[in-house]
Amino acid sequence: MRLINRTPGPVLATFLALLPFVLVLVAYVIGSEIRLAENPADKLLPALSSIADTAERLFTQPDKRTGRILLWHDTAISLQRLGIGVAISASIGLGAGLLIGLFPHVRAGLAGFIAVVSMVPPLALLPILFITFGLGELSKVVLIIIGITPFLIRDLSQRVIEIPREQIVKAETLGAGSGVIALRVALPQVLPRLIQAVRLSLGPAWLFLIAAEAIASDLGLGYRIFLVRRYLAMDVILTYVIWITFLAFVIDFLLKKLSKRAFPWMEEGL
Amino acid sequence: MSFVSVRDVFQSYGRRPILERVNVDVEQGEFISIVGASGCGKSTFLRLLLAQETPTRGTISIDGNPPAVEPNPERGVVFQRYSVFPHMTIRQNIIAGESLAQPFGRFFGKAQRAARERADTVLERIGLAHVADQYPATLSGGMQQRLAIGQALTAKPRILLLDEPFGALDPGTRLQMHDFLMELRAETNMTVFMVTHDLTEGFKLGDRVLVFDKPRWDPTDPEAFGATITYDFDARDGGIPYQRLTEETHVPITA
Repeated sequence: MRLINRTPGPVLATFLALLPFVLVLVAYVIGSEIRLAENPADKLLPALSSIADTAERLFTQPDKRTGRILLWHDTAISLQRLGIGVAISASIGLGAGLLIGLFPHVRAGLAGFIAVVSMVPPLALLPILFITFGLGELSKVVLIIIGITPFLIRDLSQRVIEIPREQIVKAETLGAGSGVIALRVALPQVLPRLIQAVRLSLGPAWLFLIAAEAIASDLGLGYRIFLVRRYLAMDVILTYVIWITFLAFVIDFLLKKLSKRAFPWMEEGL
Repeated sequence: MSFVSVRDVFQSYGRRPILERVNVDVEQGEFISIVGASGCGKSTFLRLLLAQETPTRGTISIDGNPPAVEPNPERGVVFQRYSVFPHMTIRQNIIAGESLAQPFGRFFGKAQRAARERADTVLERIGLAHVADQYPATLSGGMQQRLAIGQALTAKPRILLLDEPFGALDPGTRLQMHDFLMELRAETNMTVFMVTHDLTEGFKLGDRVLVFDKPRWDPTDPEAFGATITYDFDARDGGIPYQRLTEETHVPITA
């Protein structure tokens, strides 16, 4: 039987899914053991137990100076920046996508412009943002917006253009005007695409958030990682990295669930 | 003046002629089948009737109204695919037949309840009442086309345009759809234009069969000339393929 036609059973599939995680963990533990055997004070690859201790301390014990549990404050402020940035980008992307996809005049005016703007590397604009908007919250949110909005606009306008022309013509013969077609035919059909596009752009959004926080901030997940880097506090960095990965995974999972729940017509058929 | 009148219509894309000098008059309530080989302008002609395209020369008018420049509620249409809205339930699709013409594309309050009841009557009539709350993707091809026809008729168009509506259906379903369409037509006396690949279907359903072909043919440049209506058959008599030519053929009859 050809390999492409063989499928793993449920047990084997679970095993294969877990395998890479276990392998990475084992590789880390071995590396850590070797280094710690040579030098018990080694900071580069702390033992799993010490990471767990650190994680417990970070999640539960308040900071001595401020009396606050910093990790939760970092998480709250980072999620707030990310949420505001992604929400604004999604709104702009949806609005502009509908306009570009449906109205040839808007398309003629904006499509080329956005194709060029989306090639500007957002991180290269970061200094400009800090100069223009200061070092506060605004510049971080704006970096996320500049980073992911062009992608969202391009993706969504493409999705709107891909709506079969037959449907648009049908709506016209039923007496729908441009506004009604946008609102009742195009909008509901691109909303699931919007969620997909947002899921894809969450990775870049985190990247821009952490980059902005690393450079100028006094609170936030990215700020903390780059702060403790000075002390080679790998245990703290690793805890934060795992925590950020977990957050990103949960957000992605929730968006997937939301999409399934909110758009039953997408899942059925096709 | 006739109900639908097509006068000296030419259509070309760039320098390439598609249709040449198409003239036809259709009375209210006639069922017109449009047949012809691929690339002979059948679908172009339907798009012109639909006003999705405007002819390079000539006019098409319905009931003496000025020629339309874009699709409007005078015309109802059913395509081979993508004729219903996938994000609306079956009932919502029928309601959309009326509500898309409203300011926000929907009814509110009392009007909404009334529209719902009218939609349920339509669904009962077209045999889709049992799936009213499902989405079109769950329906078979035949049911989707029945829904599309019901939706188009809900908007009360003056003419109904069908672009190979049964082309994607299996032969059995196709026969059922023929009965369904003939019943609906008997009830509404709708003027219908149907493009089809299937000659039998064209003669069975149509009162008249228009054949599109290229009257002039340049073997070195097949695209040099456009197509026009070359035959206009009378296809009544219960679909028996016995035709009376209704056009002047210029063939001298010698005794």
